[in-house]
Amino acid sequence: MSFSDLMFSGNPVLSGFVWFVVLSAALYIARVHAHKAIKLASLTVHNAFRLSARSVMMAIDRLANRNKEVLLNQGRLEAERIIEREFDRVDAIVRRDLAEYPALHRELSEEVVKLDEDYQRSIEVPPSPPGWVKAVEAVAKIPSTKGDPMVGNVLEDIHQSLIKANTKATEEYRQSSHKRHQHLTRMMPHWRKIQHQLNQVDKNVTSLLERSTTIDRHMEEYESIMKKTDRAERMLSSSSLTQFFISLFVLAIAVGGAVINFHLIARPMSEMVGGTSAIMGFQINNIAALVIILVELAMGLFLMESLRITRLFPVIGALNDKTRIRMVWTFFSILLFLALVEAGLAFMREILMEEDAATRALLRDEGSAQMVQNSYLWITTAAQMGLGFILPFALMFVAIPLETFVHSLRTVFGVLGIVVLRIVAWMLRILGNIANYTGTTLIHIYDLLIFAPLGIERLVKSIRAQSDKKEDDVDAVNYGGAA
Amino acid sequence: MIKRTLHAALLLGLFLLAGCSEQVPNTRGVYMLMDTSGTYTQELKQAQRVINYILSTLQPGDSFAVARVDTGSFSEKDIIAKVRFEDRPSRANQQKRVFRDKVDKFVKGVKPSSYTDITGGMLQAIEWLTEARTGKNTILIFSDLKEDLKEGYVRDIPLQLSGFSVVALNVTKLRSDNIDPREYLNRLALWQERVESGGGSWQVVNDLERLESVMKL
Repeated sequence: MSFSDLMFSGNPVLSGFVWFVVLSAALYIARVHAHKAIKLASLTVHNAFRLSARSVMMAIDRLANRNKEVLLNQGRLEAERIIEREFDRVDAIVRRDLAEYPALHRELSEEVVKLDEDYQRSIEVPPSPPGWVKAVEAVAKIPSTKGDPMVGNVLEDIHQSLIKANTKATEEYRQSSHKRHQHLTRMMPHWRKIQHQLNQVDKNVTSLLERSTTIDRHMEEYESIMKKTDRAERMLSSSSLTQFFISLFVLAIAVGGAVINFHLIARPMSEMVGGTSAIMGFQINNIAALVIILVELAMGLFLMESLRITRLFPVIGALNDKTRIRMVWTFFSILLFLALVEAGLAFMREILMEEDAATRALLRDEGSAQMVQNSYLWITTAAQMGLGFILPFALMFVAIPLETFVHSLRTVFGVLGIVVLRIVAWMLRILGNIANYTGTTLIHIYDLLIFAPLGIERLVKSIRAQSDKKEDDVDAVNYGGAA
Repeated sequence: MIKRTLHAALLLGLFLLAGCSEQVPNTRGVYMLMDTSGTYTQELKQAQRVINYILSTLQPGDSFAVARVDTGSFSEKDIIAKVRFEDRPSRANQQKRVFRDKVDKFVKGVKPSSYTDITGGMLQAIEWLTEARTGKNTILIFSDLKEDLKEGYVRDIPLQLSGFSVVALNVTKLRSDNIDPREYLNRLALWQERVESGGGSWQVVNDLERLESVMKL
């Protein structure tokens, strides 16, 4: 149908006007039903979005609860693990130090006995006065007779004897004092030993006290986790996110190490498996090198698991100690073998590179140029071999950040899930409101299209209202007059 | 039951992996024709340098052959040296050295041929490279491109060069070309037309320093 078919006459303005009148009339007649239809449609869409948003909000709540549950559970396990380790350490300290306690006690007692003996020996004993002093006193009491030389001689002898006795007594006293000082000097190492032992005891006790403080702190955290407090959740969530980014960073470093490792062995692998065949577009020597690195990683993971450093595979952790130790040695042997293979391949790489360089020089210089032998070449060869040997063991430790990454990934996904769901809920609410207001807007637009009939309607209503009012007034006057 | 299913899946995986194993399609095949007619033998030293350069760029899995262009070149007897480099890089290096020695020996004892059968050499090159089943095929023609056939030799044969790159190297100007350069241009145009009508790509490299960029293609 063309535009000309819609024209009643040659005049488009007239045709347009006729159509406007007809459509306005038709829309005016259908106004009430159209309004209802628009309102209903917008309300339906609005309700649908609102309900969807509500469902999403409920899903957010469920996810948040689940996240909290998982987070607290992980936190609980981790706290248990830490507390268990702390108790193990305390146990080790107690075993080590308290087991030695009887011996220490005996040593201290022996030292104390020795000190006591030395002390007893070092007590000062005053020298006893000689027995004949009393005889001297008796002689001294003899009444002196002037000019009696006998008495004078006796007294002189006594005086001499007293001087001798005094000198001897002084000498003896000095000797005994010297002996006592020697005893006291001998006491010094005993004192020092006792002091050292007591210091050791003090150190052990302090260490135990520190451990107990740490355990108290962990126990508080554990209790907080068990009570499922918001603080515990916040703390664990923050810790988990930090752990996630740290482990991601360490894993990125490990990937760098793996790439270097790959380049070290990919080229010499072509010497073993060839370099022209391919599987799914990848050269077979590259695949072989990649497989070796992946096997090393797997062995490293299992080794760390067997050593109970990580807990990614509960089956390995649950093995009895004998089997576990056997597995440790098995994985370590395989890893060592692979490291040796890598060192060999790194050496082969250097040989191949040298051979390539020699062939290229021979071909490009028509054989006239001789390869200059670099005397420092062994450094790069040794470095490559060292890297080839060390990197498998270094990659073994990827297990630790990997475990942290895997555990924290759940939390990060949970948080991201909540963020995404919140955005979805917000969008659904926005769309619901848009639908609601669109309905209202459409109703207004509808009315705008039929402004002419609506204007007439309002005019008619106003005239009718005025005439009704006049009739009412007349009736009122009539009734008033009659009354 | 689960065990059997697992075994079956494992076997299937192995078969799939084995089935996926294929020759890398980016292996290269290079066939070089050396003109040994008349005064062009003086240029063979340069050809030797080109060969050495090509040898240094080829990798394990690639194929390379050098053949002379003489009176009747459509023959395996004209192939001076040919090789498919082994997968092991160390063996490939040894093969390169042996190849170089063969070419050196040939250049030292070469005798000029009376006629120049370039088309026969091209046909031989196509045949050899097709058999080699390499991913990317290049025919290098080290010649002045002046074909001089012995009476009775039929060489008016369309060349099937779909997927082949043909590179004319060191196309020297003859004395007559200097008198009338149209001869030289017509000669080049004729070969270009023959190659391109056969589905191949055509390139001329007179400055051998540019050979590196050609070989990288």
